[in-house]
Amino acid sequence: MASTVGVIFSSLNEENIPELIKVRSVGSIPYGGRYRLVDFTLSNMVNSGITTVGMITKNNYQSLMDHLGSGKDWDLARKEGGLILLPPYSDESETLYKNRLEALKGATAFLKKAKEDFVVIADSDAVYKLDYSKVIEFHEKKNADITMVYHEHEVKKSHYYMTFETDGDDRITSLEINPQGHGVKKNYINVMVARTSFLIRLIQNAIQHGYTSFGKDILSPGLETFNMYAYKLEGYYANIDSLASYFKANTDLLNKDIRKEIFGDRDVYTKVNDSSPAKYTDTAKVKNSLISDGCLIEGTVENCILFRGVKIGKGAVVKNCILMSENIVGENCNLAYVVSDKDSVIRDNRVLAGCETQPYFINKGSLI
Amino acid sequence: MLRKKECVAMLLAGGQGSRLYALTSNIAKPAVSFGAKYRIIDFPLSNCINSGIDTVGVLTQYQPLVLNEYIGNGQPWDLDRTFGGVHILSPYEAKTDTSWYKGTANAIYQNIRFMKMYDPEYVIILSGDHIYKMDYDKMLTAHKEANADCTIACMEVPMKEASRFGILNTNPDGTVYEFEEKPAKPKSNLASMGIYIFTAAKLFKYLELDEADPKSENDFGKNVLPAMLNAGERMFTYRFDGYWKDVGTITSLWEANMDLLGVVPNFELRDQDRVIHSRSPLAPPAYIEGEIINSIVATGGEIEGKVVNSVIGTDCIIEEGAEVNDCVLMGNIVVKMGAKLNYAIIDEEVTIGENAVIGAPREEALKTSSLTGGIAVLGRGVSVKKNGKVPAGEILDKSV
Repeated sequence: MASTVGVIFSSLNEENIPELIKVRSVGSIPYGGRYRLVDFTLSNMVNSGITTVGMITKNNYQSLMDHLGSGKDWDLARKEGGLILLPPYSDESETLYKNRLEALKGATAFLKKAKEDFVVIADSDAVYKLDYSKVIEFHEKKNADITMVYHEHEVKKSHYYMTFETDGDDRITSLEINPQGHGVKKNYINVMVARTSFLIRLIQNAIQHGYTSFGKDILSPGLETFNMYAYKLEGYYANIDSLASYFKANTDLLNKDIRKEIFGDRDVYTKVNDSSPAKYTDTAKVKNSLISDGCLIEGTVENCILFRGVKIGKGAVVKNCILMSENIVGENCNLAYVVSDKDSVIRDNRVLAGCETQPYFINKGSLI
Repeated sequence: MLRKKECVAMLLAGGQGSRLYALTSNIAKPAVSFGAKYRIIDFPLSNCINSGIDTVGVLTQYQPLVLNEYIGNGQPWDLDRTFGGVHILSPYEAKTDTSWYKGTANAIYQNIRFMKMYDPEYVIILSGDHIYKMDYDKMLTAHKEANADCTIACMEVPMKEASRFGILNTNPDGTVYEFEEKPAKPKSNLASMGIYIFTAAKLFKYLELDEADPKSENDFGKNVLPAMLNAGERMFTYRFDGYWKDVGTITSLWEANMDLLGVVPNFELRDQDRVIHSRSPLAPPAYIEGEIINSIVATGGEIEGKVVNSVIGTDCIIEEGAEVNDCVLMGNIVVKMGAKLNYAIIDEEVTIGENAVIGAPREEALKTSSLTGGIAVLGRGVSVKKNGKVPAGEILDKSV
């Protein structure tokens, strides 16, 4: 494929899930039993043949750094390129970047140094499988300046997003930020491809003109001057923008077809942890669940995602729950629709319940 | 700059493991899968790093491909080092003499130059066919305190089994006066675990003497240790009372796997201190829909059938209606609908067809006479077709 560098935003769109980002950035939200959200974008890049990735960080990125380490688990510990963390960069301003454009400004030095012809920029708050090299092929074929990736689904009302319309040639004809109305639309998934030199020019131009919004000040007016094309992401796409969507995206993995699509035919890379295999005792009853290494199950588990090292006590009944790593559920507990952050302990005989749209959330390290 | 290592480990991993039959047709014994997500060699390698030993020579000879690939640069065990780390040592061609490793002592002798690169005070000799957790550093401390030339780790075994082991006869002060390799009439039940610490200079000296002796079989137990005793060198025992299992036979390999089961297992891998490291696969968590009782299951699998008293490795698919009892499934195994598996060890990449019957219920199988004590053994990559049958105790090396 054409030589490509990746840029990942690890902490945009955080305001929507305050519960989960209290102690971490969006990219390091635990997901699917043994992963962090950033693993999916990062694995997409690695599996597309990208070997240089800049990771733009902001607040609370300790857990992200701990997860990524040197990048060796993604084969990104390299002499040439590899994984490069781009912590907040400040010149004259005294505050951290407030938006995508300011974040990109901080990455200009990294992009200028990159020898790669093309750049893929992507968020890390979504789960999907995409071969970015296909997007770049499309980009070149269309002789595009900017290619934006979209997924067709019902528009959501919750927060900032962007939709667009295209002509028969996939050229973007109109672009709406915060669109009104409803129905199935072409939703921009914050994955964009451009020539590296073109993106650098865009950013420098934005700095000169004092622009503040990537969408409003660059993409929207860009329709007049640039060749902007839209690439369709087929298949599964889950954007994590609320506790309810977090819950849904996790339990989606209990669907065989989705599991096959996300994990089949390729590796999803993540930090390796040497836990012992999951153990089931003679009182264990497990139905329709994903169980990670290190779990010890003595009770009943249904429709759950159990992360590493979770213990379910004897007589406990746990249904429709997401329990992150090292959660301990005591004997005879009854849990339904609970999302429990890492390292929490739920004492014997507790009864806790939420519902699908409003799961009961337990903070990291709680004792209940 | 510190250009020496106090203690270098030499891990004998060249054995064929012929008593594991089909399981070692294409791979060396230390590379055999164990405990759902491990390979046997994970145990000595993890023991090394957990004991502060970061320089390990792994001596391979028989079918080394899988083992070499598995060890790689040693990163899963934190043994990728700029000075030291893990090194695969295979037999090589020299200017005057080319030979395979003739015996355990000869294998170490041929790699004296490797050891000398690190200028070690001590050398620990390990073997790649035992399952145990041990702090070699404690043993090294005992070796130093006793001012010993050689220290041999040992444990008490039942007297009636003593003739299967190298037996140590000791004086009241713990010094060894005799080493008998598999004696017909053992004088004690103190068995060598095949773990030796030598003061490096003495080791090099006796290896060279042994090599010069044309009558020697170049074996530690038979030649080198007796020669050291005859010369009056200081040889001590180091008693170990933890879990230790030689997994050189089908029965003992099955038992060691079963020792991991239960809330309070005979051998605990869940404790966070002294973690056993392995090259973990990139599989997602296991999807569980079926019935799983008293078993361990690694990641990546899709379990929709019934699993009882079994060890299930990575990426195994057990379809609805299939039943697996008292089995060890090593990894990448497909058990199709309605198949019944009893008392069996199934190697990697095996497919069991619909309604196939493998082995017999344990009580029944134990009554049959076979090389494997009634355990059905399916070698790597074989497949059993729909409605196929593999009787208890059968060893299957090709598809049926």
